[in-house]
Amino acid sequence: MTSLPRHNTPKKLGLVIDLDVCVGCHACVVACKEWNTGGYGSALSDQDPYGAGVSGAWLNRVHGYEVTPDGRDRVVIGEAGDARVVHFPKSCLHCDDAPCVTVCPTGASYKREDDGIVLVDEDKCIGCGLCAWACPYGAREMDLAAGVMKKCTLCVDRIYNETLEEVDRVPSCVRTCPTNARHFGDLADPSSEVSHMVSERGGFDLMPEQGTRPVNKYLPPRPRTPLAASSAPAADDTADATGFFGWVDRMLDRI
Amino acid sequence: MHPAFSIIVFTTLSGLGYGLASLLGLGLLDPAQPATKVAHAAALALIAGGLVSSTLHLGNPQRAWRALSQWRSSWLSREGVLAVVTFLPLTWSAYLSVFESRWDPVIGVIGTALCAATVFSTSMIYASLKSVDSWHTPWTPASYLGFAAASGMAASAAFGAAGGASLLWPLAGGAAVLVLIAWAIKTGWRKQALRPPLSTPESATGLGHIGKVRQLEPPHMTDNYLTREMGFRVARKHARKLWLIALVMGCGVPAVLLAGLAVFPESAGSTAVLVTLVSVLSLMAGIMVERWLFFAEARHAVMNYYR
Repeated sequence: MTSLPRHNTPKKLGLVIDLDVCVGCHACVVACKEWNTGGYGSALSDQDPYGAGVSGAWLNRVHGYEVTPDGRDRVVIGEAGDARVVHFPKSCLHCDDAPCVTVCPTGASYKREDDGIVLVDEDKCIGCGLCAWACPYGAREMDLAAGVMKKCTLCVDRIYNETLEEVDRVPSCVRTCPTNARHFGDLADPSSEVSHMVSERGGFDLMPEQGTRPVNKYLPPRPRTPLAASSAPAADDTADATGFFGWVDRMLDRI
Repeated sequence: MHPAFSIIVFTTLSGLGYGLASLLGLGLLDPAQPATKVAHAAALALIAGGLVSSTLHLGNPQRAWRALSQWRSSWLSREGVLAVVTFLPLTWSAYLSVFESRWDPVIGVIGTALCAATVFSTSMIYASLKSVDSWHTPWTPASYLGFAAASGMAASAAFGAAGGASLLWPLAGGAAVLVLIAWAIKTGWRKQALRPPLSTPESATGLGHIGKVRQLEPPHMTDNYLTREMGFRVARKHARKLWLIALVMGCGVPAVLLAGLAVFPESAGSTAVLVTLVSVLSLMAGIMVERWLFFAEARHAVMNYYR
């Protein structure tokens, strides 16, 4: 049944993504594709992979945004007018009120009762694409080779996989992130590490107005030093040069 | 949103088929007339053709039967179930007309109600999506029902004229009125479609509390499934012209012709057949342009990540 679980799931497994730390290296994107093309369900196909119009199904994408502070915010993320870059990884948010699940006509889309992971049963999927239309976040992409809908599984074939080392029992994107910008945990448990991060850093939902109640949370960029305070010294000013460089500077001036 | 040709054909032709079938169910045409028998067959063919066309865009059409299972939550599934169920009274009514030259009011009205329910379910597939602002409104089912009724009534007038109906003016006049009502609803729909969007790049990224957000680098150099499916732009460029074309072909031409036929009912025979036929064709062309715009102009929330 593609009805949502009637009660809150006892666990809400999901990700916390730190927008302050992400450097936009796309390692999570590649690790996700690599793991999921050989794991759960059909391979993640690419079309025209070596041509000019290459495209394919990806379950995780990193966008890059420029946000220009307008000085409204009480916490100064940056000086008004000084734009800053925010790297923005985006994958399925495993919403509590997932609109992609209820629109599914076949029962292929479902939200798990025990841990809240939203999955697609690819043997039932007819590839109508309606779930991708229902998702405001663009978390679902059709696999054009298999004709079925693909989405983040939260690496369900890793996190419970006892044949893996315990340290590897996290989603592939989390395991690979070199800057530790992605965190995995139970967001229903207020004492979990991810829940602490969310409450301490003011973690937020994406598009709360869509009423989807996403499980994944994002942590905002931290305040930074104003650009004016870190301006580069003037190139020709050598007044503070001392020692060897001071001597070289004086000798070169004489020539 | 990408306007898939199969979906446009499906929604317009099945709308015409259900509209015609629902009016046949009300017994507006003489069941003994050969033209009425053809009308029954045409309605069934249009509905069946539309349903087949709707499976063409599926990734795995061989599993389409599974779409009948989730009627408790999914409007798409409800539409499928209702479409199958509706075939029963419609085929029965067609059988009675074709082979026994009679109309059964009970079976007819059941068919009419199920036709309306099916078109309503089709429209609710779109109206239930909160991610597409312009669709997520009661105006969407109203306009789908309006167009189905108008095109069905225009087709009834055409079959009535072909069958030499003694009272053609109520059919033609009714069709003209329904055409006007349908486009009045559509105009209301279009007005609300221009509301400010629910979501913005600021709410999509959650960075709105800092300031204005704009895209610096898209996630990939080329397009992807999301931008192809949700970010269609061709028709937006010509949206104004297309809307005028839809109004002239879908509203102006058929409304004038059908009203003219209602006012001058003595012009029966081949003239009436020609006038109603042109009305139906023009109306359908206008509705197809309207349906194209319904998809092409719709803005999906995910495109906030690509601006």
